Parts: sequence; C-alpha cells; structure tokens
Amino acid sequence: MEWREQPTEVQEQFAAGELEAFETLFRQFQADVYGWIVRIVRDPAAAEDLTVETFWRIYRARARFNPGRSFGAWARRIATNVALDYLKSARMREQPLDENLAAGSALKTGDGNPAIRREMRERTQLAFRQLPAKLRVVATLALIEERPHSEIADALNISTAAVKARLFRAVRLLRRKLGNLDMSHE
Amino acid sequence: MNEHEQKTLADLLKRSVGPVNGELNRDLWPQMLRRFEERDKRQWFIAMSSVPWFDWALLAVLILGVAAFPRAIPIWLYHL
Repeated sequence: MEWREQPTEVQEQFAAGELEAFETLFRQFQADVYGWIVRIVRDPAAAEDLTVETFWRIYRARARFNPGRSFGAWARRIATNVALDYLKSARMREQPLDENLAAGSALKTGDGNPAIRREMRERTQLAFRQLPAKLRVVATLALIEERPHSEIADALNISTAAVKARLFRAVRLLRRKLGNLDMSHE
Repeated sequence: MNEHEQKTLADLLKRSVGPVNGELNRDLWPQMLRRFEERDKRQWFIAMSSVPWFDWALLAVLILGVAAFPRAIPIWLYHL
C-alpha cells in the first residue's frame, strides 16, 4: 500500500499551522487513511468517524510533525493508534465470551453440514473479536490483509520481532479459543 | 506452530471475518470542518467562562444604569 506523498512545501505550511495546507493533505490522504482504518476495524461507518478523528489528532499534533519526514507514514501511525483505541473500547462494550461457543467441542471444518460450517464461522468470529486489541490489529493486518511485517511494524511503531511475537500470541490464543477445531480438511 | 497451521487459520479467518471494501465513497472534509466549528464554539464558551464574576457584575450594573437613566448616556459618552 503506497501512499502518495505531498511536496515538502505543503508539509512545511501545514506544520506552520496553515489550514489550506491541512486541507490539501486531508484531501490527498483521506482515502488512504480510511482504507487503512477500515481494514483494521472492519466497519465502514466507524472507519469514517475514525478517519476524521485521525486528522483531528494530526492537526492538533502539527507542531510535532517534521516536514522532512513522510507525512503518509506519520498519518498511518496515528490512524493505527486511533483504530487501536476504538478496538479497545469496542472490546470492553462487547458481551462476555459465550462459554458454550468458546468451550470448543471438536468440529471438523471439512464437514459438509452447512449448520456446522456456520457454527464454526461464528466461533471463529467470536474468538477473533475476543482477542486483545493489540493482537487483533496484528492478526488482521498479517493474516487477513496479508500486509508485510515491516509495514505493520512501522504502523504500530514497534520492531518486526515484536510484530512476529504478537502474531504468534494471537494465533496461539485463537487456536486455544477455537478448542479442538480440526482445520486440516478444509 | 508451523506455517501450514498459520496459513490454515488465516484462510479460516478470511472466510469468517469476510472481505471489507476499502474504498472511501464520499468526501469527509465537511465532517472535518464541523469538527473545527465545534472546537471554536467550545473555545468561545471556555473564554466566556474564564471572565471573572466581578467583570460580569460591572457589565450588569452598566446595562441597568443605561436602562434606568437613558438621559445619562451622553454624559457617560462624554467622559469616556
């Protein structure tokens, strides 16, 4: 996902607090920021609000922005933090894990029965939603969106090793929550 | 955990969570402007609430004085 960069001049004007420069950057990057956020939170309506929240935080932090650096990378880092905050608050609002679904009696995904397939999807969704926000972001970007570890590390402002560690923990947690799910016949 | 297991889990997640449309269908700048307006209103309210009560009392006395003695307005203006 390559984000189009603006000339440094516009970035300098933005850092100096010019609203017109901010509007130029907003129009340039709003689609990229939205696309990044919606892939993490997977809710288009929430992603629109979070995109505005991201640019609000960007505007307020303009004095800390270095015009010589990439605006896109900076915006993506802030967008990731905004999405992470949203996932944390959403997780707190959600219902506690349904023990019957979580207990994990063995289900074979290769089973042709549509009811079993549906139940397995529901269990997977639930287990995914129950992941801690930090692990869920990494699992979403690495497993579902197939983003490179280096890109995820940059967005989260952590090392590639930390991304791998979080991914490992996410996969282990998912497998534990999915119980004895047999995925080998899929 | 081997790579095969991780890939199988990734496939399962993709099917369960489903794809998402990453295209933005509308301009969000008007929403951003509303955010600025809200901030301006909030700042105005904060500025007003930071005025000491004594200044408000003086203003009230002035308004009441003007209302009670309108003929005194030219005299006050002369002394300003």
